[in-house]
Amino acid sequence: MTDLLWLIPALPLASATLLIFGSQWWGPRSVAALGVGSVAAAGVCVLLTILSWQGAPLQQTLWTWIAVGELSAGVSFYIDGLTLVMLSVITGVGFLIHLYSAEFMSGDASYARYFAYLNLFVTAMLTLVMADNLLLLFLGWEGVGACSYLLVGFWHFDAANGAAARKAFVVTRVGDAAMALGLFLLFREFGTLDIQALGSAATAQWEVGDPTAVLATALLLGGAVGKSAQLPLHTWLPDAMAGPTPVSALIHAATMVTAGVYLIARTHELFLLAPPTLAAVAIIGLLTLLLAAFTALCQNDIKRILAWSTISQIGYMFLGLGVGAWSASIFHLMTHAFFKALLFLAAGAIIHCLHHEHDIRKMGGLRSRLPLVFLSFLIGAAALSALPLTSGFFSKDLIVLAAFEAPGIGPWLWAGAVLGAFLTALYSFRLVFVVFFGRADTLPDRQPGPAMAMPLSVLCVFSLAGGWLGIPVASVFPTAAEAHPALWVEAVSIGLPLLGVAMAYVLFLGRQWDASGLVESAPGQTLFRFWHAGWRVDGLYDWLWVKPFVGLTVLLKSEPVDRLYGAVVALCQFCHQQLSRSQSGRLRQYATVMAAGVIVLLGVVWRAAGG
Amino acid sequence: MIYLLLILFLGGGLAWASERWNPQAPRWVALAVVSFALLYLVVAVARLPVEQFSLLPAASQPDTWLAHTRFDWMPRFGIHFELAMDGLSLTLVALTLLLGLIALSASWSEIDQRTGFFQANLLWSLTGVVGVFMALDLFLFFVFYEVMLVPMYLLIAIWGHEARSYASMKFFIFTQASGLLMLVSIVVLAYQHALQTGSFSFSYFDLLDNRLDPALAFWVMLGFFLAFTVKLPGFPFHTWLPDAHTQAPTAGSVLLAGILLKTGAYGLLRFAIPLFPDAAAEFAPVAMALGAAGIIYGAVLAFAQSDFKRLVAYSSVSHMGFVLLGLYAWNSLAVQGAIVQMVAHGLSTAALFMIAGSLQQRMHTRDMSRMGGLWLNAPRMGACALFFTMASLGLPGLGNFVAEFLVLLGLFQVAPRMAVIAAVGLVTGAVYSLIMLQRSFQGPGDLERTVPDYGRRELATMLLMVALLIWLGVNPQPLLELTQPAVDSLLPGAAP
Amino acid sequence: MDGLQVPLEHVLGLASLLFALGLTGLMVRRNILFVLMSLEVMLNSAALAFVAAGAHWGQPDGQVVFMLVLTVTAAEVSVGLGLVLQIQRRFHTLDIDAATRLRG
Repeated sequence: MTDLLWLIPALPLASATLLIFGSQWWGPRSVAALGVGSVAAAGVCVLLTILSWQGAPLQQTLWTWIAVGELSAGVSFYIDGLTLVMLSVITGVGFLIHLYSAEFMSGDASYARYFAYLNLFVTAMLTLVMADNLLLLFLGWEGVGACSYLLVGFWHFDAANGAAARKAFVVTRVGDAAMALGLFLLFREFGTLDIQALGSAATAQWEVGDPTAVLATALLLGGAVGKSAQLPLHTWLPDAMAGPTPVSALIHAATMVTAGVYLIARTHELFLLAPPTLAAVAIIGLLTLLLAAFTALCQNDIKRILAWSTISQIGYMFLGLGVGAWSASIFHLMTHAFFKALLFLAAGAIIHCLHHEHDIRKMGGLRSRLPLVFLSFLIGAAALSALPLTSGFFSKDLIVLAAFEAPGIGPWLWAGAVLGAFLTALYSFRLVFVVFFGRADTLPDRQPGPAMAMPLSVLCVFSLAGGWLGIPVASVFPTAAEAHPALWVEAVSIGLPLLGVAMAYVLFLGRQWDASGLVESAPGQTLFRFWHAGWRVDGLYDWLWVKPFVGLTVLLKSEPVDRLYGAVVALCQFCHQQLSRSQSGRLRQYATVMAAGVIVLLGVVWRAAGG
Repeated sequence: MIYLLLILFLGGGLAWASERWNPQAPRWVALAVVSFALLYLVVAVARLPVEQFSLLPAASQPDTWLAHTRFDWMPRFGIHFELAMDGLSLTLVALTLLLGLIALSASWSEIDQRTGFFQANLLWSLTGVVGVFMALDLFLFFVFYEVMLVPMYLLIAIWGHEARSYASMKFFIFTQASGLLMLVSIVVLAYQHALQTGSFSFSYFDLLDNRLDPALAFWVMLGFFLAFTVKLPGFPFHTWLPDAHTQAPTAGSVLLAGILLKTGAYGLLRFAIPLFPDAAAEFAPVAMALGAAGIIYGAVLAFAQSDFKRLVAYSSVSHMGFVLLGLYAWNSLAVQGAIVQMVAHGLSTAALFMIAGSLQQRMHTRDMSRMGGLWLNAPRMGACALFFTMASLGLPGLGNFVAEFLVLLGLFQVAPRMAVIAAVGLVTGAVYSLIMLQRSFQGPGDLERTVPDYGRRELATMLLMVALLIWLGVNPQPLLELTQPAVDSLLPGAAP
Repeated sequence: MDGLQVPLEHVLGLASLLFALGLTGLMVRRNILFVLMSLEVMLNSAALAFVAAGAHWGQPDGQVVFMLVLTVTAAEVSVGLGLVLQIQRRFHTLDIDAATRLRG
């Protein structure tokens, strides 16, 4: 199978190429077959790779990409346990979402374009995780960004979608620029961009806490923060919900946004040498997960709630990375891919069946009308809330407990994380209770068909049972000591989500406690609006970056540099005007000037001759 | 190699003459001429032994070059007709001929008046550019450098748009004035050579050995630098470019962006830096600062434009900033990046200008506020615009990324701060590229509008450029290997 | 005959005086006929200086140049008078200041 690794990204790429250049020849059925089939085929390749995997990393070099001077980067792949986990998630969840899309997007005028972009995305994402050097990883990294741009702005006839797409691209590009600088720094230090070589060279050359190591990892972290929508570059993700819902499920929940987590995990050898950066990772994760959880609580758009919850869950992954719980983070990445994809697809089904309604206040009582969707959503919400025995429980619990064990600030991290878990349960079940219980306002006009039902059912199983899946990353990461915190810590960690569900029940379903008075009060309103606007970070950036930039463009539009040349031109014109004034056309004046000139000249000659 | 020049030059005359016979004939003649020249080049290069391509082109050994021609011209002043070709020249000559074909395609249906003279000017400017890329005698270089201006001036002044006379005059004065500075520098160099050895020489190799007084070397270098930076164009000498591009006919824009700007970069790489290594090294921080300023300034101004062509023109200023940075970083990585940038920018910007030209031809406006939603009317054109926008903002997998990455990587080794500033350009590049796409092709559309989509000829031209950019992006290694010996011979510390 | 009968300085002084007179006339007179006459005076003063110098040095060059000046003067007068006629016809005046169409 080693020789055929290239097939994994090549299959979706081939399909995308065919869809781009042959779109006029394919009917919708062939388009769907091609788009879904290619990802399925790539999935089969991944499966075959896993089955034949001996535990040792696999490598394949296709060709030398760029080799100049010291730099030598190939189009070459490196497959270890971590990559295999990512590959299975991408092709597995990706296949299900492709299948779902075949029905969800049916009837769209640009059906082929949609699948072409989606396949292209899968190609880029697979390249990202399979790359054996940071340059190729960067290719995939930017590639997924571009596909995200294309898919968020898929319905670009609405200018707002275009704006959201541009925002997503530009904000992540800020992180990418930082990451590129990190690459340059690493290359300057070690003369290579090969990930494995970098790891061993850095371990040999750098002391723990070396300033260059801190700087390099901080720059890589910049890239990760941008792509994974963490503070302070998280603002693009909620807007990115403008794309079709399956896109949100695939790109903005399951795969692309977790690329930052993958990057840090992949280069963990570097991060281990930079404890300050690791601490920053943990703190960024914690702050993001809390900020996003509070914001999710105050949203009414079903997709935006899920988007903020994605930001929050990736915050957990960052927290895990920051405290050294590498495999727990990757585990959470995987389970999150299952349950968040499930939630998004279920939300998509609701939107699909309710004439593109996004506002949860207009939904209600869907439990009996859309039973499968209800079941899916319930399972997804349970896993998201980390209710015991669901997949999310296993992974999140590992992270939370590892946070407690972290030296120094550990208990604080833990406290924040369990508060976040409480909030997660609260907003997840708010969603469940508001959408599926109570009075039926809007009635669905159709039921999800088989192509949508199948992915939902499969993801339900994985969201429930995914916690028992083992991930083969033991050989990749340094083994961390098993976390054995006190019993009360365990109890609180498990109990708070349950409390959150109970509180959601009290607030939104049973209505035993009416909190509307609290929310309606002046400080309550202020806080609500503040959280609703995502802590006004968007407004801050608008004031800090966008307005000054636009102001600058307006200021410079008249091209001030050209004024300089304009001044030269004006000077010439002025002189020529002065000179032309002397050209009066009066013969006698010319004669006089001529005579005066001769006299002056004679005088000069006279003096020069020494007279 | 002199035949290449003759083919193009005489072909121009032939194209002009053929207009008397039939107004359609010149474009066919021009097509035949450029194709023949390209074929001639391919055959000539293909006949060379493979080892020839890995030889280090050395001054005194003509057989280390891919091709070399030398006649006496004005022996009294040491002026020779000396042409030579190494991997760098070959790359740029091939790019020139290719873009000549593309420019021809762009002007195929656009130009319907005085077609003969138009095609003649097109071919003559190609002649000049090809000459510039091959000349190794500084006097000859200067002649070609000036010769290529005149047909380009005529292209803009005769077939341009509404403000053509202003734009063409500005273009001419900027380049001419700076070219004269270079002439002064060249004469000073030859004179210094005469002082040192007793005989005049304009030969590149002789002048390379000149030992100049550092103060003098600085001023002479400055003359070259100004000439080439105006042509490049580097900030703050770029202001002729937006006007010239906006007013030029599509083919003129394609040639201007695709190859004329590259003569500036080539001049810096071949002459301005190697002739004065010490002065150039001393001057490098200033040049790099100008490059970085150009990247940011070009990007900010590109964002401010509402005219499609002007936006693309300012994006050229931004991209050429990378070239300036790469050249003055002066290590193998950065210089190779600059070379790839020349090729990649030549292709991607030429394509964007072609799209702008097609839009103007179909909608009679370049104003983006009157566009929007064109994807609905012309999806193929939209897809092309999308592709080249992505190329222009440096998406990995396409040529421009390889270029920008190598430049920044090389630059970071010598001047990390500059690299940080230039990296801001990655973000601003995305900002203006995407807004351009949004304002023209995306957004609410209007099905009533009749904007014909691309036909076969236009689509084929576009696909050719798409293929080349992808090839350059995923497998730039052949190009890098072709130019590596030339770069090695230019960089200090190379084998004599 | 050798040399000049009167001192050279006297002749040159006279020539200068005539030249200055002519120049003054050229500058102050507005009638084009007078301007032409002033020109004649200036030319002849120069011619006088040539002749005198030629006689003083015993060289024929002075007289050769005088012949040249004579022909030039004749040509100039014929062109000048043609211009006078044209100006009279176009502007209906002989005032030289009326002809300022070449103003920049």
